[in-house]
Amino acid sequence: MSVAEIAPPATAPARVIRQAPPVHTEPPAVRIAIITVALVFLGLVIGLPLVSVFVQAFAKGWQTYVAALVDPDALAAIRLTLIVAAISVGLNLVFGLVASWAIAKFEFTGKSFLITLIDLPFSVSPVVAGLVFVLLFGSQGLIGPFLQANDIKIVFALPGIVLATVFVTFPFVARELIPLMQEQGTSEEEAAISLGASGLSTFFRVTLPNVKWALLYGVLLCNARAMGEFGAVSVVSGHIRGLTNTMPLQIEILYNEYQFAASFAVASLLALLALVTLCAKTILEKRLTREH
Amino acid sequence: MFRRLAKALLAAPLALSLSGVVSQSAHAADTTLLNVSYDPTRELYSDLNKSFIAGWKKDHPADTLTIRQSHGGSGAQARTVIDGLEADVVTLALAYDIDAIAARGLLATDWQKRLPDNSSPYTSTIVFLVRKGNPKGIKDWDDLVKPGIKVITPNPKTSGGARWNFLAAWGYALKQNGGSEEKAQDFVKALFKNVPVLDTGARGSTITFVERGLGDVLIAWENEAYLSVNELGPDKFDIVTPPYTILAEPPVAVVDKVVDKKGTRAIAEAYLKYLYTPEGQEIAARNYYRPRLAAVAEKYKDKFAKTQIFTIDDVFGGWAKAQKTFFADGGIFDKIYSN
Repeated sequence: MSVAEIAPPATAPARVIRQAPPVHTEPPAVRIAIITVALVFLGLVIGLPLVSVFVQAFAKGWQTYVAALVDPDALAAIRLTLIVAAISVGLNLVFGLVASWAIAKFEFTGKSFLITLIDLPFSVSPVVAGLVFVLLFGSQGLIGPFLQANDIKIVFALPGIVLATVFVTFPFVARELIPLMQEQGTSEEEAAISLGASGLSTFFRVTLPNVKWALLYGVLLCNARAMGEFGAVSVVSGHIRGLTNTMPLQIEILYNEYQFAASFAVASLLALLALVTLCAKTILEKRLTREH
Repeated sequence: MFRRLAKALLAAPLALSLSGVVSQSAHAADTTLLNVSYDPTRELYSDLNKSFIAGWKKDHPADTLTIRQSHGGSGAQARTVIDGLEADVVTLALAYDIDAIAARGLLATDWQKRLPDNSSPYTSTIVFLVRKGNPKGIKDWDDLVKPGIKVITPNPKTSGGARWNFLAAWGYALKQNGGSEEKAQDFVKALFKNVPVLDTGARGSTITFVERGLGDVLIAWENEAYLSVNELGPDKFDIVTPPYTILAEPPVAVVDKVVDKKGTRAIAEAYLKYLYTPEGQEIAARNYYRPRLAAVAEKYKDKFAKTQIFTIDDVFGGWAKAQKTFFADGGIFDKIYSN
């Protein structure tokens, strides 16, 4: 996440250059000073920790690094993280699209309440989000006894981890789409319908293509957070080794077991996934600006 | 391009979740036990599981047995089992945490009588881990309350190990002061004045002491202290065993409701009984837990320092009472720590 957030200032000047020649009123010394401060700060706060993750990961050599990643528990954690991220992103893709479509294109009572609700996961602590699901689905919870009687496992199993992740990452897709859809208005949809298009084909041929890059951008952010989520998942995981530990949980476990190199090896893989997301995001941003 | 990507994005979770379902159903034919334990036993049980599974394999060559482990703070782990984590066996830091699970009807309330030695197949004690060469000259509990000594111990509200630490200090103070509860309270209060940070679990405190370099002395499980010395280098730390300390009895139990539902009772009981066999006791001793079996104890006697040990039953009248007096909300720990 913190890695992803540095991207906009990097691409913004490129956009300005393409559209109009830059205008500066500040003396060069001030400009250099500002740029230096920004770079040093970024280097210290983001660059240095990132580098140290990789340094620590390789501190005991390649063999330890590879051994840490092919360890059955680590492999299970990587697999679980990918499964959870894939399901959560898929669900949030559909629900985020539906929610923002409803909010941007239609008028209905309770709309502002819905917008607030979408933002809720941003303001609720992830630990609380996790506890909510334990209180609901745990065996002392509201529907826990019913679930247990029917042998349905939610918390301390894959469904609970997915639920907690979906909860925490829900705003990413919707928050990306709502402003864009509101800006675009409903005139294109109205034109399509007046020309005889059905509701569904209007959605797939007009609405969706208009927001596709923003949607993909939201999906990427959602994915980055889904893979990195610790708090909420920690509460609902049950910490069963090789079964319900995701990568962030596995990193903590290895660290607590004095296996520092192995811990940082898994951490470096997670950081690498974040860097891939960052690159994809930068490419997408270029696309987005080109289309507008 | 977008369509292809969208298709890939939609197809991926489906394929992955399907593969998850398939592999899970393949495992369902085999037996899986879940051992929910506390922090410092990670190494002990990964050794024990390997040995137990190897022995079991000889009698059941066609089947597979998987034993899964979950570790965390003892109190938090008990809570997770109460909330529905399906543990076949629980191996926690203290009897009170298993009592809490029994209170919810998950196992018989007289569980502690079902296995020998209070259902505690191995014991440990509370020792001090100090910096190499013991620069502050810490020898006994008295040294921990001296001004300027920084003591690292976890929070007794969340950590089982921390409760043992607390009671060990209290027991010592009682003996020093001819049984005066008031003086014991002053002593423990002075001790906690010297604690700069309360971690939630025993392992967290160990990391604070050995990795972050905070504090002059770590009050720790004996096994945890030995493990840190071995993992992080004997050239960095020394272990000081105080002359008078507590007998820590980490108990084990089969969770009736879970094993009856899963049909794993026989194997879960065999697993816990294995802890009492010479092999199981050897594994415990190798992982720095004091064995119960005399023969094994004799073999490893040089490994553990001799010290005078008191039990919680002798001094505090059992866990239920100690828990209520010291660690319940509004109990003595709250009074000491809020002032």
